[in-house]
Amino acid sequence: MIPEIGQYAMILALLLAASQAFFGIAGPWKGQQRWMAAVYPAVAGQFVLLALAFGCLIWSFVHNDFSVRMVAGHSNSALPVYYRVAAAWGNHEGSLLFWVFVLSIWTLAVASFSNTLPKAFVARVLGVLGIISVGFLLFSLATSNPFERLQPGLPDGVDLNPVLQDFGLTIHPPMLYVGYVGFSVAFAFACAAMLEGKLDQVWARWTRPWTTVAWMFLTTGIALGSWWAYYELGWGGYWAWDPVENSILMPWLLGTALIHSLAVTDKRGLFKSWTLLLAIMAFSFCLLATFMVRSGVLVSVHSFAADPARGIFILAFLVLTIGGALTLYVWRAPMLRSSAGFDLVSRESFLLFNNILLVIATAVVFGGTMAPFFADVLGLGTMSVGAPYFNPTFMLPVLPLLALVSVGTFSRWKRGALGESRTRILGSLALAVVLGLALIVGIYGDRSLLGPIGVVLALWIVVTSLVDPLDRLRRGITIPASVLGMTLAHIGLGVVTLGITTMETRMIERDVALAPGQQIELGRYAFRFEGVEDVDGPNYAATRARVVVTHDGKPETVLFPERRNYLVQQQALAEASLGVGWKRDLLATLGEEVGKGAWSFRFQVRPLMRYVWFGAALMSLGGFLATLDRRYRRRKEAADERAAAISGESLQGGRA
Amino acid sequence: MNRFALPLLAFALLVVVFGVSLKRAPEKQFVKSALIGKLAPEFSLPDLLTEGATVKSATFKGHWYLLNVWGTWCVECRAEHQTLLDIQQGGKVAVVGLNYKDDDTAARQWLTELGNPYTAVAVDREGRAAIDYGVYGAPESFLVNPQGVIVHKVVGVITPDSWRSTMLPLIDGVSK
Repeated sequence: MIPEIGQYAMILALLLAASQAFFGIAGPWKGQQRWMAAVYPAVAGQFVLLALAFGCLIWSFVHNDFSVRMVAGHSNSALPVYYRVAAAWGNHEGSLLFWVFVLSIWTLAVASFSNTLPKAFVARVLGVLGIISVGFLLFSLATSNPFERLQPGLPDGVDLNPVLQDFGLTIHPPMLYVGYVGFSVAFAFACAAMLEGKLDQVWARWTRPWTTVAWMFLTTGIALGSWWAYYELGWGGYWAWDPVENSILMPWLLGTALIHSLAVTDKRGLFKSWTLLLAIMAFSFCLLATFMVRSGVLVSVHSFAADPARGIFILAFLVLTIGGALTLYVWRAPMLRSSAGFDLVSRESFLLFNNILLVIATAVVFGGTMAPFFADVLGLGTMSVGAPYFNPTFMLPVLPLLALVSVGTFSRWKRGALGESRTRILGSLALAVVLGLALIVGIYGDRSLLGPIGVVLALWIVVTSLVDPLDRLRRGITIPASVLGMTLAHIGLGVVTLGITTMETRMIERDVALAPGQQIELGRYAFRFEGVEDVDGPNYAATRARVVVTHDGKPETVLFPERRNYLVQQQALAEASLGVGWKRDLLATLGEEVGKGAWSFRFQVRPLMRYVWFGAALMSLGGFLATLDRRYRRRKEAADERAAAISGESLQGGRA
Repeated sequence: MNRFALPLLAFALLVVVFGVSLKRAPEKQFVKSALIGKLAPEFSLPDLLTEGATVKSATFKGHWYLLNVWGTWCVECRAEHQTLLDIQQGGKVAVVGLNYKDDDTAARQWLTELGNPYTAVAVDREGRAAIDYGVYGAPESFLVNPQGVIVHKVVGVITPDSWRSTMLPLIDGVSK
């Protein structure tokens, strides 16, 4: 009964989404006030119905209704209740319902917080979001119904893939989805502006907080995913350039570019058509990511559901939304002219370089991810592109990007006045070099080239990010939330860079077989294997090894790597054991028994690993702070006045 | 042509690529199996032909072997059978069977009727070893070198031609 209620709720939500799309687009077009007003109840109703549907799905999982195909296929009565809840979105059908549910939340938020915006504009935004919702609901109901029944039902379920039974994974997809779906708001704002044929600085100010929030969730989602891969997949990898990971990285890179380009459009009224294109592209890549994960054209760890029929549906949907938006772009973009100009060393050009480099980085990732597709379509045979391509190529745009963050921080809007900041730029660089050298020579004792460059760039970013806020503090000026947010996010970027470079250049890894009592040394750490014991988990039986770690002979920590055998699926899985610390992570993975009580192990010492996640957290927090800026909550009239005042001072000759 | 149409053109091109690759998706695997170049997952399973014995992957280490996933329910396996017999006759590699989600009696009868190309047949009734190998159907075959590393994977039927042109050179190239 409950699953059927969920099913009906989805169908009703589809009808409401269709009316939301129709009234939202047709209302402003025909000038019908009442049509535009009809959009709001549709939005609210859709949210209620989808919340109900999603609730029904979770209910089916929690109550072990194994007559529902999806519950039978992805859950089990022995599974702890929180994993049963998480199992609701740990699969294709459920994650789609979750997608539209999140979309309905975003839509409701847009409808609620946009009362200062022109009615017709909001109606169009909601209309575009309605179209997206229709597409996903149709897709879900037609090809991937989460409430499909099994006749007859099963006595017990098949269980959730053990790899997915983990806390990190219960929250990582929701974060990503909230981020993905969030970019649909920027996309809808872009489409609405194009439908209106008008895009001004106020538009950029409306779009900015939504984009930043979406970006914040995406950042958190990526960090959580990488953290999950790091400790759950058991081999210490945190980024594998897997096609699915790449498909998440691309919208993030474009979203980062969009945030910066929106800043220029907001403050200076430049880059208008470029910002539009970025908004379309960022969301397109979110859809593309969904397509790549869910259609089965890519075979990877992540695509546990593969079905070409679904692929064709998503492709048709992509053509409709992205193709539609890009067609609109061809028609409208030429009308957007910027009247202002800027100097070569102004903040505008640094942000332009930022955008160019981020787009190049996206292209690098895209090229590597798509090469197997192209090779296959052109009949060149199958191939795979991995870290040997991505690592060096990705550096090319990213290293200059990191360097520009520091210089760009000192630049001013419009005019080229780096001269007065030259001492600061050189001063901060010198400080970063000194700190970097101290770190490298004093602590690392390193000779490689990439390590020092990365470390110096990272420290330079941190140092320069602090200059402006400290300056404001010294002069007693209040620091706006947006500046604080930006500072924090940039420091986060520096910290991530520091973590990744140090870890990549200084990591020690050893694969060995040890008998009880034997030990192996990795640098100043020694790992001693003391023996194994059998332990039982809720739905698995495991062999657990005891490994004592000492640092310079002093006891450091004890690690308990496990080899788990999941009873229902008869799947064996290595559970790595981590010794976490600010200076380094220690990692032990248990392999196979190699005879006479000896076991194979993998040990790793990963310096500054924590900094990668910590930096990512700083970036997300920075994004959050930036959205709190009072500018975004100022009344519409005031904002209009200010925008008019700014465009009034524009100089002659546009160069954007 | 205005420059604002370029994104649309690029997108159209991408749609074509996706369309073509989707059309081919059921026929073959797109990204090379992640297992190629990795150690073959270990297994230890009941022996189909000797009651009470087990077949261990470790036994075959040190020699080339072809792990063939099959079942009596699989029509293509029947088509592949003669090729497997020929490969076994050729003596270059041992052919190891992984009887996948099958009925033991039916499987034994199949080998009596059609001839046995396998050095040993492991019974994987629940498909747990097959999960380790990322098998999604039968037939599927993995060519494993003496170091225990998977060097090639065939999804679908091995033909005399594909054996000669791709797998034999791999074996001869390295075992010399």
